[in-house]
Amino acid sequence: MRVFWPVTLAAALLVGLLAYGVFSKGGDTTLDEAVAKGERPQAPVAALPVLGADGSASLADYKGKVVVLNVWASWCDPCREEMPLLQKTHERISSQGGMVLGVDTQDASGKALEFLKEVKASFPSVRDRDREYGRRFGVNAYPETFIIDRKGRIAALQRFPVDQAWLDKHLPKLLAEKA
Amino acid sequence: MKSFLAILLAALVLAAPALAFQAASLPDIEDEVMCVECGTVLSVSNSPVAMQERQFIRDQIALGKSKDEIKAALVDEYGEEILADPGTGGFNATLWLVPILVALVALVGVMFAVRTWRGRTPADEPELPPPLSPEDARRLDTELSR
Repeated sequence: MRVFWPVTLAAALLVGLLAYGVFSKGGDTTLDEAVAKGERPQAPVAALPVLGADGSASLADYKGKVVVLNVWASWCDPCREEMPLLQKTHERISSQGGMVLGVDTQDASGKALEFLKEVKASFPSVRDRDREYGRRFGVNAYPETFIIDRKGRIAALQRFPVDQAWLDKHLPKLLAEKA
Repeated sequence: MKSFLAILLAALVLAAPALAFQAASLPDIEDEVMCVECGTVLSVSNSPVAMQERQFIRDQIALGKSKDEIKAALVDEYGEEILADPGTGGFNATLWLVPILVALVALVGVMFAVRTWRGRTPADEPELPPPLSPEDARRLDTELSR
């Protein structure tokens, strides 16, 4: 059978594009695999606008601290549920060189600030309006939490809401480490 | 006639600002923006983030913003990805280029096919059967005259 080459070429191009579209949407699990092996990959750093204030902030500003980086949005119910625990954790670890840093993602800033006021959150949050930063952590749902050690490396991660047991498992030993 | 033209001109001048201002409405905007989490147009989504986006649009309409101003405010809050129009940068360029390429390939194909058909010689056509012998011609005439 004679194959008409332009049709074949067009079909191959379309199949290639489809494959790219399907595979490029998949979540990146590189960090999960590294952390599961006990490695501590360097956390992505980017200067992002501070939520509810002028200026920007990044993980680099908090080097030397243990940072509980929580990716959240005010429209996400599980995020809202875990926020009081994160606030409590922030208050508890602040004196030990630790802190919580929120990354408010794909959220209306007015609603986000309203929510933080409602739960009396005192930790800082930055805005990742289009999840560009979150994608570098492989974020594909909310909430997700990453514990960054004093050297700016990812020591633990949780792809769904955290609980006290998970925080207790990781935080004490990381807070005990020296910068 | 002159007075009619003057009235028409005055009407156009007065109407121009009204025409330039595109009145905003939720149904008009929600089919031009995306639900940022679901990957569908906002008008067909009922996820929590879609509800928030819809409320944001309603609040902006209540503030008297135009459609373009509301879309700009949505981009400020949620990023460029909120616009349903894919734009022309990066990989999105393929969305505009692929149909053009496919059309070009089809055009080249048609031109190629036409050239091939026109270049065919009569020898390619099926040969006619040999002429009838006098005996066969006589028999055919006999059969046809029945």
